Amino acid sequence: MLNENGLCDYYDLNANPGRHQRIKVRKDKFAYLDDEKIAQRLIRFRQENEVHTTFYLPHIHCSSCLYLLENLHRLNPGISRSQVNFTKKEATIIFDEQQVSLREIAEILTSIGYEPYISLTDLNGKKPGLTKTMIYQLGVAGFCFANIMLLSFPDYLGLEEDTPLFNTAFRYLSLILALPVLVFSAMPFYTSSFKALKMRFLNIDAPIVLAIWVTFGRSLYEVLTGTGTGYFDSFSGIVFFMLVGRVLQDKTYQQLSFDRDYSSYFPIAVTRLKHEKEESVSLPDIVPGDTLLLHNEELVPADSILTRGKAFIDYSFVTGESVPVLKEVGEIIYAGGKQVGSNIELLVIREVSQSYLTGLWNRNGNVTRERRSSSFVHRISTWFTYIVFAIAIVTAGFWAYADPAKIWTSVTAILIVACPCALLLSNTFTNGFILRILGRNNLYLRNAEVIEEVATVDHIVFDKTGTLTTTDQHRIDYKGRSLSAQEQQAIASLAAQSLHPLSKAIAAHLGKERISVKAFEEKAGHGIEGIVNDDLYAIGSAKYITGRKYAGTDTNVFISKENQLVGRFRFRNQYRETVPTLLDELKGKYNVTILSGDNAGERASLRIMTAPGTELLFDQQPQDKLNYIRQLRREGHRVMMVGDGLNDGVALLESNIGIAVSESSNAFTPASEAILEGKQLGKLHSFIRFCKSNRKIVMASFIMSILYNITGLFFAVQGLLSPMIAAILMPASSISIILLSACTVHITARKLGLTN
Amino acid sequence: MGVIIVLLVLSLSVAAAFLGAFIWSVKDGQYEDEFSPPVRILFDDKPAKEPTTTQTHK
Repeated sequence: MLNENGLCDYYDLNANPGRHQRIKVRKDKFAYLDDEKIAQRLIRFRQENEVHTTFYLPHIHCSSCLYLLENLHRLNPGISRSQVNFTKKEATIIFDEQQVSLREIAEILTSIGYEPYISLTDLNGKKPGLTKTMIYQLGVAGFCFANIMLLSFPDYLGLEEDTPLFNTAFRYLSLILALPVLVFSAMPFYTSSFKALKMRFLNIDAPIVLAIWVTFGRSLYEVLTGTGTGYFDSFSGIVFFMLVGRVLQDKTYQQLSFDRDYSSYFPIAVTRLKHEKEESVSLPDIVPGDTLLLHNEELVPADSILTRGKAFIDYSFVTGESVPVLKEVGEIIYAGGKQVGSNIELLVIREVSQSYLTGLWNRNGNVTRERRSSSFVHRISTWFTYIVFAIAIVTAGFWAYADPAKIWTSVTAILIVACPCALLLSNTFTNGFILRILGRNNLYLRNAEVIEEVATVDHIVFDKTGTLTTTDQHRIDYKGRSLSAQEQQAIASLAAQSLHPLSKAIAAHLGKERISVKAFEEKAGHGIEGIVNDDLYAIGSAKYITGRKYAGTDTNVFISKENQLVGRFRFRNQYRETVPTLLDELKGKYNVTILSGDNAGERASLRIMTAPGTELLFDQQPQDKLNYIRQLRREGHRVMMVGDGLNDGVALLESNIGIAVSESSNAFTPASEAILEGKQLGKLHSFIRFCKSNRKIVMASFIMSILYNITGLFFAVQGLLSPMIAAILMPASSISIILLSACTVHITARKLGLTN
Repeated sequence: MGVIIVLLVLSLSVAAAFLGAFIWSVKDGQYEDEFSPPVRILFDDKPAKEPTTTQTHK
């Protein structure tokens, strides 16, 4: 297909391009895009013969992808242009509706290996983009700050006597330049302090707004009355620096989403059978009594009863059980399971939103956490403000006796110098640096508040399957009589015929060479058999091979040759390499619990790795996990939950800090406070220690800034704060605070091995 | 000394032009995708209608 259209360059660009070069699209997979209601929500702009749509394509990963996707117009003349946003992994496609439909485009994308990811969340409005307003505010503040500095030079150099006319002009110009800073750039501080005050809470922004206003008011007074030069330079400078800190701290990870609920995992539409005809129905429209047709690898959207076919349901998504289970006709299948194998038909018994998993989510997912204890920064700033007010009052009292004319100047000077800007600066910059370093280590925090939350955790709860273990690998050991090389090859070849994950794992375990298998037969849920090298081999469950049920709790696959039991393969979880070290590091420092949706087969190996007394709970349903976390929090613990799948989703929300572990940052993770790449799990303890250093660094910077403040106050209480001193003091203190926080954060990171 | 006023106006307007350019570049989305533009320029045969901006229509 690529060749036909002269896109062979695609393969020359990178040695290892597309993930799958040619994929057959199942017919009607995107039939739902023909539905005008759904299509409408995916289309951003529509004109006569120009339609703009944006697809999220998770497979985008290299420059070749870019080349291919931006040349879509050669694959189909109906597409006039396509544009990729690599960071967001999105492609905007402009096409002519007369020539090509939205559905066809989705099919073309899928056939070249970029299956668009379309979810209910997409339909329910776009996720908010990066706020650009603050960048504009920063730009304006920087512009005004620099120019005011320039205009203030005559004042700094004490030239005012020589050219009085220009000085007045310069000051008025500064005043004009300061206005946009006051009304536009400082906006974030107004809104934040106003919001806090409305909730009867004095946050750090309130005294800052006060200081900003006092500075501006006094400067305005001085300029208008011609009594002084004003402090417009310091005023705009501090707003500029504080905005830089805010922007640094608020950097978001655009490619990540921290707010996914179950609807992101579920498809938009499924196939419904009605009057013997297949039709596509969107999820919210499914009603009890509908018959659904489910294909291989599709999710069960609602609790339903199996009416036709052999269901082989992979529940790892819902419960964390690692092995798919067999369901016979008549059994209930819960929403969230994934069908593996042939097509099945289901009779829906509950609506999508009322099903077991989604219902659990709907009941608990929307609970807004009570806003946790306010940040220590706000508490310090409150005290700081009281102290400053006290000093201001004492000074005012003193001057009332000594020289009443100086009350106004000294009091305003104190309020200006003693604004807790330094605290805000050190806090935002330190947070920003920490977020960046954690991001480089593949731990992505939702926002800066999470840093403090992580630092105060005292109980860590791990999910087992997919979190401590890897999902795609098993540790396999063999018990039984020894196998010859030929037998191994025979078993591998037979196992390779089956789609069952355990068979696939055995096949991979025994090597790559394959020989032909005759009379292959698969008994879904039981096992497989076939003739290899003229011997009848069978692989399957204990009941299938030996006729008796296996009594243990671990997962076994039995092998027989010519109806004689040969041995069994025992499957054990493959723990991530770093897990034993991590659990060892956490011993004695944190309470640890391991919750598993799986059976207790792993109890012994977990017992060895964890500290004595660690709670190990098995067969935990999502609701059990939720209850466990809730109980811990009720006892006053601050809980960190580390989990992966949707089965941990509600528990992640319930904990103080939910960390979703994913295999890559592109994979889908449930709503959480933080996303961690699986291979970095071993650094968890270092991450916590790093977050703990945050407070110390902020305090150190703050103490340094207080020294500056005392120097400033020394001049201010005497009414001697000259423009020169103020002009030096302000940027010097800001920049040294930034430097101090940058250096200490990076030194701490190096000590903990988080940078190289 | 009148030249100072002229210079002042000039310098301010140059700075304002830069500010305008900055705001335009942010609005245009030039900082949103730092990977594709440098790669895109290397592709030989460009689409007939080569997009001039990285802006996506909203």
